[in-house]
Amino acid sequence: MDMLAGKVKTTQQTVNTAMNPTDALERPIRLTAQDVTVHYGAKQALHGISIDIPDRAVTSFIGPSGCGKSTFLRCINRMNDTIEGAKVGGTIKLDGEDIYAADLDVVELRARIGMVFQKPNPFPKSIYDNVAYGPRIHGLARSKSDLDEIVVSSLRKAGLFEEVKDRLNEPGTGLSGGQQQRLCIARAIAVGPEVILMDEPCSALDPIATAIIEELVDELRENYTIVIVTHSMQQAARVSQRTAFFHLGNLIEQGNTEDIFTNPVNKQTQDYIMGRIG
Amino acid sequence: MNTLIVAALLLVLLGLAYQLGWSKSRNLATANGARVHSRSQYHGSLAVLWTMLPALLVLAVWAFFSPGVQHWYAVSQIPTDILTSLNQTQLNQQLQRLNDLASGYGVTGELQPFEQAAGENIGRFQLLSFLIMLAAAAGLGVLGLMLAQRRITPRLRARTEVERAISLLLIACSAVAILTTVGIVASLVTEALRFFSFINPLDFFFGTVWAPRFSSTGAGDAGQYGLLPLLTGTLMISGIAMLVAVPVGLMAAIYLNQYAHRSVRAVVKPIIEILAGIPTIVYGFFALVTVGPFLRDFGNAIGLSISATSALTAGLVMGVMIIPFISSLSDDILNQVPRSLRDGAYGLGATQSETIRNVLLPAALPGIVGAFLLAVSRAIGETMIVVLAAGNAPILRGNPLEPVSTITVSIVNQLTGDTDFTGPQSLVAFALGLTLFIMTLCLNVVALYIVRRFREQYE
Repeated sequence: MDMLAGKVKTTQQTVNTAMNPTDALERPIRLTAQDVTVHYGAKQALHGISIDIPDRAVTSFIGPSGCGKSTFLRCINRMNDTIEGAKVGGTIKLDGEDIYAADLDVVELRARIGMVFQKPNPFPKSIYDNVAYGPRIHGLARSKSDLDEIVVSSLRKAGLFEEVKDRLNEPGTGLSGGQQQRLCIARAIAVGPEVILMDEPCSALDPIATAIIEELVDELRENYTIVIVTHSMQQAARVSQRTAFFHLGNLIEQGNTEDIFTNPVNKQTQDYIMGRIG
Repeated sequence: MNTLIVAALLLVLLGLAYQLGWSKSRNLATANGARVHSRSQYHGSLAVLWTMLPALLVLAVWAFFSPGVQHWYAVSQIPTDILTSLNQTQLNQQLQRLNDLASGYGVTGELQPFEQAAGENIGRFQLLSFLIMLAAAAGLGVLGLMLAQRRITPRLRARTEVERAISLLLIACSAVAILTTVGIVASLVTEALRFFSFINPLDFFFGTVWAPRFSSTGAGDAGQYGLLPLLTGTLMISGIAMLVAVPVGLMAAIYLNQYAHRSVRAVVKPIIEILAGIPTIVYGFFALVTVGPFLRDFGNAIGLSISATSALTAGLVMGVMIIPFISSLSDDILNQVPRSLRDGAYGLGATQSETIRNVLLPAALPGIVGAFLLAVSRAIGETMIVVLAAGNAPILRGNPLEPVSTITVSIVNQLTGDTDFTGPQSLVAFALGLTLFIMTLCLNVVALYIVRRFREQYE
């Protein structure tokens, strides 16, 4: 465990010193979306979204409320399946495999693509059971000690272990908002996903808790492909290497975060970043 | 006729009051530049209140005292020598004759000499007292209206006063419900205490034999009033009913809430709720005519002796009756579980049934327990199904395939036919009712407590 903590620390140093944001484009592409559309009943929420998401980097979706960024995020792990009347068109491929293919098992997909939601939503169970839930349903642990190890290491990766190690059996709903959100991140990590989707993970948190989560996202990038939806442009600028700007269900512009924020090509992107729309 | 006149008069008066209050405050607003506190509608409404309340007060006083006064006057019209010769029943008949004469309805038989005059006098007296009442009500109403008119100034807080009057009205309405409950409990308790003056409470609550005798059939002996046979019957039937209703109702709710497509739900949910609208007496004869004989034949076929009327028959049908109750309550509770919890489970790759079993049901459990307890208290209090289908055999036994009896059935039996509330034979109904009331009250209190705690958790 100490080794792990040491590793996390090193990662952080690498991030802050060596990692150049423009490197992101040179990483291999994990996720590819081609002409994705979403209809809620008669209303079209997304109009032909095409985007590539690089491996082990943070991609952020920004845009005004109702622009479709969360809707698109929920397409990536097929959470829109659970919404009655939602219809998704186009293709999304994870490592070249179509995730909307008829023979794809949604349960397996969601084990590979984890998700963290806008509002912290721990189950009304103990902290331990919250993290152990995913490994249990997927049968990832062969013994109790296996499970213990998964829970502890997930909590460590989410930066929560030191705060809760003495009360793993207390309800997860009793934690503070920021801790609950980190618990949800630990819960997602415990399943061993390759991609983590975050839907405005800090919108219900205070600035200090937000800073902790942002730092965590930066650390997690080392091992996971992260897609984060945010309405805070500062957050996008701080944590992501790639940024995509959505407006009224269209993907207006995408590129390296630095370029989007310093030198946007599109007029609408510029207006949004300057605070003129949204 | 009289009532119509009163109502019409009152309405005219109220309309007038509203108009006067409205126009006076209207003039205030236009005449001088002062700011008027309340809008004209409130001034009008306040005038209505000031008119209506004194008039209603007079009406209430009249309604309370007039029967006594009328009775006293009618009795005074009967000559003393005749009056002394009448017993209570005859007096009532005599008064009825006089009233019929007074109202011009007419009577059969020969008129005694005093009756004609007495009838006319009573008629005159009734008319006079009615007119006095009407005049008093109208007079006080007008007086109130004048007072209200004089009170109207720009700074009169008519809106505040009207709002307060409305909130008082609302409080009074809810007080009606509470007072009714208190009254029912009080009457139950006093009558039950009378019963316990005949029968030792220990013999009642712990007696194992239920054999009440009617005073007409046996002399002296009051019979035995042991509650236990009835209690076991009640609990057995309720238990069977819950065994049917809870799994079926809960699973129906889960299906409708989680699996059913919107168009299916739109059809199925109303149909399930139609079950709740069927009168229980209909369930009763459904049990008696269809389910009972079917169970008996089925029992014969597999070598079991099942009575056509038995705890099983009544319990099964009662369970069906309670299904919609359980399913619609559970459906509401499942809807209250936040969507984010479900999303959380799906996001981890849980299947639909895993999500329901591990996340949805545990989160909804307290509410479902509350619904369960409410359903039990309904089952315990249910009457018509058991009257028809349980077999009415108040014998202490544990076999659900044989006839039993319940507390509610025994209440019906003890109060049907000729009853005088002097002996334990009828009074026992109140002791039984009180027992039933306390049982359901406890269940409801526990259930509401659980449901409320559950709500707090998620709001």
